Amino acid sequence: MKNNKSWNKIKNWPLLLPVVALILVMAVNIIYDAVNGNNPLSFFMITLQQTTSNGTILYGRIIDILNRGSEAAILAIGMTLVVSSSAGTDISVGSVMSLCASFCCMLLAGYGVSSTTTLAKPLIVGILGGLLMGVVCGMFNGTLVAYFKIQPMVATLILFSAARAIGLLLCNDLIVYVRNPSYAFFGSFVGPLPTPLIITAICVAVMSILLKKTALGMYIQSVGINDKASRIAGLNSKRIIFLTYVICGLFAGIAGIVNSSRITSADSNNIGLYLEMDAILAVALGGNSLGGGKFNLAGSIIGAYTIQAITTTLYALGVSAAQAPVFKAIIVILIVSIQSEPVRNFFKKQSAAKQAKGVA
Amino acid sequence: MEDNVVLTARGISMTFPGVKALQDVDFTLRKGEIHALMGENGAGKSTLIKCLTGINDFEAGEIHIDGIQGPVKNHSTRDAQNVGISTVYQEVNLCPNLSVAENLFIGREPMTKIHTIDRKSYNKRSQVIMDELGISVDVTQNLENYSLAIQQMVAIARAVDMDCKVLILDEPTSSLDDEEVEKLFVLMRRLRDKGVGIIFVTHFLEQVYAVCDRITVLRDGRFVGEYPIEELPRVKLVAAMMGKDLDDLAEIKKEGAEDAVNNPLEISAKGLSHTGTIKPFNLDIHKGEVVGIAGLLGSGRSELARAIYGADKANTGTLMVDGKEAKINQPIDAMNLGMGMLPDDRKAEGIIADLSVRENIILALQARKGMFKPLTRAKQEELADQYISLLQIKTASKETLVKQLSGGNQQKVILARWLATNPDFLILDEPTRGIDIGTKSEIQKLIIKLAGEGKSILFISSEISEMLRTCSRMAIMRDGQKVGELDRELTQENVMKAIAGGDSSDEK
Repeated sequence: MKNNKSWNKIKNWPLLLPVVALILVMAVNIIYDAVNGNNPLSFFMITLQQTTSNGTILYGRIIDILNRGSEAAILAIGMTLVVSSSAGTDISVGSVMSLCASFCCMLLAGYGVSSTTTLAKPLIVGILGGLLMGVVCGMFNGTLVAYFKIQPMVATLILFSAARAIGLLLCNDLIVYVRNPSYAFFGSFVGPLPTPLIITAICVAVMSILLKKTALGMYIQSVGINDKASRIAGLNSKRIIFLTYVICGLFAGIAGIVNSSRITSADSNNIGLYLEMDAILAVALGGNSLGGGKFNLAGSIIGAYTIQAITTTLYALGVSAAQAPVFKAIIVILIVSIQSEPVRNFFKKQSAAKQAKGVA
Repeated sequence: MEDNVVLTARGISMTFPGVKALQDVDFTLRKGEIHALMGENGAGKSTLIKCLTGINDFEAGEIHIDGIQGPVKNHSTRDAQNVGISTVYQEVNLCPNLSVAENLFIGREPMTKIHTIDRKSYNKRSQVIMDELGISVDVTQNLENYSLAIQQMVAIARAVDMDCKVLILDEPTSSLDDEEVEKLFVLMRRLRDKGVGIIFVTHFLEQVYAVCDRITVLRDGRFVGEYPIEELPRVKLVAAMMGKDLDDLAEIKKEGAEDAVNNPLEISAKGLSHTGTIKPFNLDIHKGEVVGIAGLLGSGRSELARAIYGADKANTGTLMVDGKEAKINQPIDAMNLGMGMLPDDRKAEGIIADLSVRENIILALQARKGMFKPLTRAKQEELADQYISLLQIKTASKETLVKQLSGGNQQKVILARWLATNPDFLILDEPTRGIDIGTKSEIQKLIIKLAGEGKSILFISSEISEMLRTCSRMAIMRDGQKVGELDRELTQENVMKAIAGGDSSDEK
């Protein structure tokens, strides 16, 4: 009986499916390693490695996933809020990442300079500039969606196509290299840990505290579920939707700088390419409805890392980078259909039937 | 199966998480009768209907339908239609941008030889159907051009034309005015005479006695009894629904309400208007006074209240609140001045369906406090518990999603939301619509009590009788305009006359 109770608790846990999906991906790794005669747990092995550039660092597939998945996870935070409040997606985040990186690098290198080792302006100016650009993009999207009532997909399509071009304009059509160790910091390591992982952890922590210690979370969900009723109840629905887009833009800025710092350059055409799709997928994998309303931030973060885990796993399995998307698609179809209403209802009915039999 | 019986349900049981919605319920419908299904909110009327129409999967019991061997179990509304059960809801589920004829035949259009839609023939057939039922419409016109009543009749016509043996009408009269209701009754009687069995769900007792032949009463998910209409007078029906005799309604009195006129003004509107919905009006409300707004649906009742509250920002005029000029651009401004508004459209503007009862109750208070001053969880739960017991909200727990509650209980949750903000001025727009009698009288008593505490209340209702019981003064609305006020000799007749516009009605 007691057993039953805790099982019910697990069944109703909102993170159950995202976590199961992640475990499934890990299981594939274990089986593959075991079949090939490797240590079955090599997926989880974390070792210390000496490098010439970064000193002693942690090394392993898990660390790699956590490191590489950072940008998608950071974007997923903002995307979750946008989806919840406006029942739409911000498809401009990838391009905005690129624009923020370009602006940041342009400030640090000076306009028209294609490669520099010394910073033209203090590092903090570049970083704040990049983040500010993200906020401005978010305000632009937010204004269109909240105040002009334009469909989120259409509104963010504008920056989706324009932001990269603006970035190129700022960089005078060059790939700007900022080969300065202080800039490379955001994409490398703090002691043994990857910096992007730490930045992600800080972002998640700050957002969680904000959601927990203020009424923001309830406001966003309330507006997402019923904006008219929320307005009558005294919420400023438009301002709240606007705010979520600004937050989303800010996180795109952070992700952009992290990504650019990894390659110590602003490669307008490649930074954040297709990453908006990963962010949206992360939200969906996290068990959040793209129809808006209730959200679960932890689910989205797990979703983002699940996507990265799939990618890393495929590479480990020897799938070529060109073919990886096909397999990724198949896995995503599986995970998403497990979470879908009809499949869940099917399992519910099955267990109900079992219970009925048990009682009889 | 008994002669003449078209549908029987025996021993239907169904549970929702935490709630036994139906327990061993029986229901019998005969050919050519109008059968009222009565009960308070949460008695299980909707649940039973959903079991019949295949929306709910009931756990135990059997449904038999005339002409079909063995028990019938529907799994979708389409299944239900195939066995001859059609339902027309309060909200019309048709396409307003298609013509009446298109709506009648949508999904089963007659075809020509080359498999294109045969417009001519279905327009002709539609006209025949509508004429037969005595509904005068041009079937080629778009549905949206007709009133809600006509739209409902089209929905009924569609159901009837699909060979339905059982027609379920779920609260069809809630948004109709008296004349429209009468038209609907004519249609219902005509269908009864054709042999259709009609299940009629409504909260209006008068309507039950005007049109029904038989009544089945449910209470707390159980079957109470089935009675021919002659054997169950009104008082007994109410008693059966509530499980006790009730003379409460008569007891409500507005003591001391008349004195409120001498109190200082809480609200004073001068020339307030909102373009397109309400023409400029003046309205004074004293502290501790209950003012009613009487008028037909669409006469500007709600719109007047919305202009005061800032739900529709006023374009002209000035508003004094508690003696000071107020600038209200949106609802939160009004709330900061101590106002609250329970809107008439519960689903669209009231509940936040996917949030819990607790969150729905604290929402307005939280909104007024601001985002950075969250109520502690303990405080939230305390408020929720307090109002759940005060208003006797029937819910499995305070964490239950509000969408899982019955309509009347949802209404109570929204009422709780506003009471929690402790407003000085509360607008109640149709607070008792779709609510059972017991709750109605509770809400009316609550209004009187609030007024006694010095709060001002603007009360809007389609039922004049309940406004007569609570209001000391009424504003009369006609065609988007406030045409006058009544403060003496408040009787049903006088109010009706005022609404109809005395002089103009004589011209007819």
